[in-house]
Amino acid sequence: MFTNAGTSSFTSFLSRVAPEMLPGRRPLPPGMAADLAPHATTIVAISAAGGVVMAGDRRATMGNLIAQRDIEKVHPADAYSLVGIAGTAGIGIELMRLFQVELEHYEKIEGAMLSLDGKANRLASMIRGNLGAAMQGLAVIPLFAGFDLAAADPARAGRIFSFDVTGGPYEETGYDAIGSGSIFARSALKKRFRAGLSVDDAVRLAVEALYDAADDDTATGGPDLTRRIYPVVMTATAEGTHRLTDAETAAIAEAVVAGRMENPGG
Amino acid sequence: MAMQFYASPEQIMRDRSELARKGIARGRSAVVLSYSGGVLFVAENLSSTLHKVSEIYDRIGFAAVGRYNEFENLRRAGVRMADLNGLSYDRRDVTGLALANAYAQTLGAIFTEQSKPFEVEICVAEVGATPEADALYRLTYDGSVNDEPGRMAMGGQAEAISGVLKSQHRPDMSLGEAVRVAVAALGSVGGEGGAARTIAAHQLEVAVLDRHRKGRTFRRITGAALTALLDAEAEESKEPATEERPETPATPTQEAGKPTTSAGSADLEG
Repeated sequence: MFTNAGTSSFTSFLSRVAPEMLPGRRPLPPGMAADLAPHATTIVAISAAGGVVMAGDRRATMGNLIAQRDIEKVHPADAYSLVGIAGTAGIGIELMRLFQVELEHYEKIEGAMLSLDGKANRLASMIRGNLGAAMQGLAVIPLFAGFDLAAADPARAGRIFSFDVTGGPYEETGYDAIGSGSIFARSALKKRFRAGLSVDDAVRLAVEALYDAADDDTATGGPDLTRRIYPVVMTATAEGTHRLTDAETAAIAEAVVAGRMENPGG
Repeated sequence: MAMQFYASPEQIMRDRSELARKGIARGRSAVVLSYSGGVLFVAENLSSTLHKVSEIYDRIGFAAVGRYNEFENLRRAGVRMADLNGLSYDRRDVTGLALANAYAQTLGAIFTEQSKPFEVEICVAEVGATPEADALYRLTYDGSVNDEPGRMAMGGQAEAISGVLKSQHRPDMSLGEAVRVAVAALGSVGGEGGAARTIAAHQLEVAVLDRHRKGRTFRRITGAALTALLDAEAEESKEPATEERPETPATPTQEAGKPTTSAGSADLEG
């Protein structure tokens, strides 16, 4: 089963030998299942000069309850790209792991990395595969961003792609947000985003936008100073993906909270 | 009238072995050995794109000699199996031994069932925490597996090369020393009248499994980095006192400070 000439895609390989491991291939009983599992909420991505920043809050909710306070929704997809997941947490995490393996698998089989657009298209087809479950309330929406190694201008190499439940992908200019608090995060970014931001400024802006989302959306968690739980912030630049340490995000989150003490509107 | 001649099983196996052995001996050689910083692969390869040495998984590498289409097929199968197991269980549960066993089964079945055996010899190498914990498995055309003691040579005049390796290789070598020993061993045969020859950097395919990296440890050494490692030989013969430092840091300091792990592959969070 492993030795067929076959394809370089891991999901195509799985669909042949182990289709039960693909999300979206499982038969679901009829009816809505939206309240069955925890939901992951807000993710923002901002393109900066020489890279891209992605940040996510840490809350997962189940109806009116907080299911988890320290869930991680932003992950590296490969050495130069990031993926954030909103929607049904379990399926989202499974999909994200599968996507990571998909990219690594292609790289090992072919000896070369997929292009950034190729990666976005693969993710789109994986989301499309989950459409049946999405229609029963188990939707997963990712946000994908990466550093495009083939970009002519390195200052514009940070690119962001968003998706809908039927796939997509749609390339976004400048910034985007997904999840329940996205409407507030996007409004905050609309007013404060400027093209050509430095990566450090974009990191601060991302944490500010998450604060605004948490301010108005109960499903989004703000910086939790008492438990020392802060947003996950990652960057993708020419040097690869990088996750800010807890100490770094703590400093930024505390500065943002201190700023809001003076002016709650930011 | 066509006559069916009886051929004994022994005769059939002997003929197949001979075919495979001849095919493997015609090609160029490859060497795999442990050094202080990891596992080193050096293959003589004129092509820079048709690889004899590749990555299978985080701590597992693959080297092969013989027919390209046959070992490429095995390599892809190995990557698929490793990725499937890593996704179903955990990345730590993918081991060189499991892969070597799967290859042994596949090669053994092909040897007995198909009319032509695979003319390949492969090495599955897994890097451990120390040179003693490294595992090098030699898989031959008939499916037999051997656990090699820290070094091995395959293809071409493998026995002569093994002899040189055995006398010069130590597991506590630096990367530079290991590369030079491997290249000297590969060049010890095949010159005019059996004399030694020099192999240029562009005829070599060099890669390592880096012991001190977290996550995916495989990396290729090409271009200027490789030339520098080979050139150190000339400098060293002039100044034998020069101590070469391994390129890798002694401890994975950066990653150790990382706060949390990713649900998928923690190693990517660099």
